[in-house]
Amino acid sequence: MSDTVPPRHPARGYSVRSLPGFSIVALFTVATLYAPILILVAYSFNSGTSLAVWEGFSLRWYVQAAQNGEVIDAAIRSLYLALTAAGIATVAATMAALATTRTRRFPGKTMIYALINQPLMVPEIVTAVALLIVFAWIKVATGYTSMIYLIAAHTAFCIPFAYLPIRARLETMDNTLETAARDLYAPPMKVFLRVTLPQIWPGIIAGMMLAFVISMDDVVITEFVKSAGQDTIPTYMLGQLRRVVTPEVNAISTVILAAGAILVSLFFWISRERR
Amino acid sequence: MQHQSQPMPDPDSDDTNVAVRVDRISKIFQGNEDEVRALDEVSVSIRRNEFFTLLGPSGCGKTTLLRVIAGFEPPTMGALYLGGRDISRLPPNQRPVNTVFQNYALFPHMSVANNIAFGLEMLGKSKGEIQTTVYDMLKLVQMEHLKARRTSEISGGQQQRVALARALAPQPEVLLLDEPLSALDLKLRRDMQIELKRLQHETGITFIFVTHDQEEALTMSDRIAVMSAGKILQVGTPREIYERPAERFVANFIGESNFLDAALSGGAVRLKAGGPAFAATPPKGVADGEVSILVRPEHGRVRMGAATEGELPATISNVVYSGEATTVHLRLATGETFKAKMSNTPAEDGGSMVQGAEAALSIAPGAVTVLKD
Ligand SMILES: Nc1ncnc2c1ncn2[C@@H]1O[C@H](COP(=O)(O)OP(=O)(O)OP(=O)(O)O)[C@@H](O)[C@H]1O
Ligand SMILES: [Mg+2]
Repeated sequence: MSDTVPPRHPARGYSVRSLPGFSIVALFTVATLYAPILILVAYSFNSGTSLAVWEGFSLRWYVQAAQNGEVIDAAIRSLYLALTAAGIATVAATMAALATTRTRRFPGKTMIYALINQPLMVPEIVTAVALLIVFAWIKVATGYTSMIYLIAAHTAFCIPFAYLPIRARLETMDNTLETAARDLYAPPMKVFLRVTLPQIWPGIIAGMMLAFVISMDDVVITEFVKSAGQDTIPTYMLGQLRRVVTPEVNAISTVILAAGAILVSLFFWISRERR
Repeated sequence: MQHQSQPMPDPDSDDTNVAVRVDRISKIFQGNEDEVRALDEVSVSIRRNEFFTLLGPSGCGKTTLLRVIAGFEPPTMGALYLGGRDISRLPPNQRPVNTVFQNYALFPHMSVANNIAFGLEMLGKSKGEIQTTVYDMLKLVQMEHLKARRTSEISGGQQQRVALARALAPQPEVLLLDEPLSALDLKLRRDMQIELKRLQHETGITFIFVTHDQEEALTMSDRIAVMSAGKILQVGTPREIYERPAERFVANFIGESNFLDAALSGGAVRLKAGGPAFAATPPKGVADGEVSILVRPEHGRVRMGAATEGELPATISNVVYSGEATTVHLRLATGETFKAKMSNTPAEDGGSMVQGAEAALSIAPGAVTVLKD
């Protein structure tokens, strides 16, 4: 007894903080993650046209971006695309999650998991080329060009991102609740609406937000699938980089960053309220 | 207990008395390579207003039988009748049968009152009717003061009451209870046992109750079905099950038992270990010859000293004192062992037995039960 040293964190027993170099690794990681973003945000307020030389504080690039018709146009298109794709993907993902967690074992269930998660496993560039070819055929055959192609493509790769949190939620939910609802005379649709849905909705919101962010962020597939004049914010910015680069790009990025931060905080706040 | 002596009309043949009739139901679960026969041609009739208990060891199929009656599991074979109507094909939401789940399964996003109202709402009852019924139910389980609480904000015993109220509110023909008391501590458990009996009495609903606690089964039930490995071995009142078990498994599962070798001839059994002949009624299908018999420990009387006429000679191999009673372990002339439970009253004076001493065992007349196997 006398020679045992009481651990520093008796409740946990073991803490990785005692590993050598822990603090340095942690600091380095945080710095690589956030320093570039901080610089980007800082230079969005630069009054000069350079991304490297600080000339003073100004909001001129925000004003310029807000008055740039192409930026507004791309922003609206991005939002429209992300909302539509995330919405459809979430509905599909919810149905897929129910079908894979609320059924008896059936042959091919593992295959279905793989199919749903296909966009996570196939390299994006491969999907992009494949879609380019298929959509080119359809466009030639029908002469029809619209947002439908982008919506279809985005919906497809959004599904696994919406699916995973919804499935996780369904798997942790006590499914005797649904059995109990059935027992208390609820027909299948009522069971879903009155019991399952209220239980899994934080998962659904999380899935939808993930899908939304993934769609907003996408470059590769969008670049291959879009028709002329269908730039989204990311493809517009990519196009800008090939020409003159001004802190306008920083300003747009900062706005996206802020919107993302608000969205995520909102989500945590909503799910905290309910727990 | 003059069973089988006079032919009585079988009350279960008349469907007006029967709430649930299980007719040769089998349930086979398909595993990866093997199959599990969870229910093996089970037939039983449960009478109206009866407190009926399914008793058996873990894995014997109690839950499966309840789930088949509730409609959560389709039977592989057989038919199920509710008040004479074949309900084998009805989905659970169309069966006038409600369940109290082992983990209660209360809806966490609803208040106590809304949980109780759920079944009534689904049945399309009017607002006013729902309100009065919910109020009555809250009163029945003494939970009026907590009606607005969330179900996560009440104690385990209170959740139990809400689960009962929720299942009783739609006035089902049959209430199924799957080990509803197993999560409660001993004192609460005793209270709820009394409470359940009161509820069953007041509502007049047929209760089918699952437990693997033999004492609970004996004290609460009108009738008990003892199950083992997917089969019902015996159905009877607590007295019949305890005093006249049909086979060794039932005797062993309920209470303490002494099994002895004996010879049966013409309605009398004679123990190999000596003693007098006992009158006994063998169960159907047991022919004269070698049989096993059961004697409960409390039916053996031990006296120190040499055996005389009508007694069995024995030696005392162990004496276990337990307050109100003393269990005396005996070795009989045949080498068989016998446990006798003597009360520590001045008349029996179980505490005075001495280990290693010569003793005489006498068995009460009528205490000998011939077993099927
Ligand atoms: N869904 C299922 N799939 C496969 N086998 C099952 C399934 N449900 C039950 N079984 C098997 O059927 C048998 C009976 O199970 P059941 O749950 O009815 O037992 P029980 O008497 O309720 O036991 P306990 O007292 O432990 O609750 C067991 O062998 C069990 O493993
Ligand atoms: Mg069980």
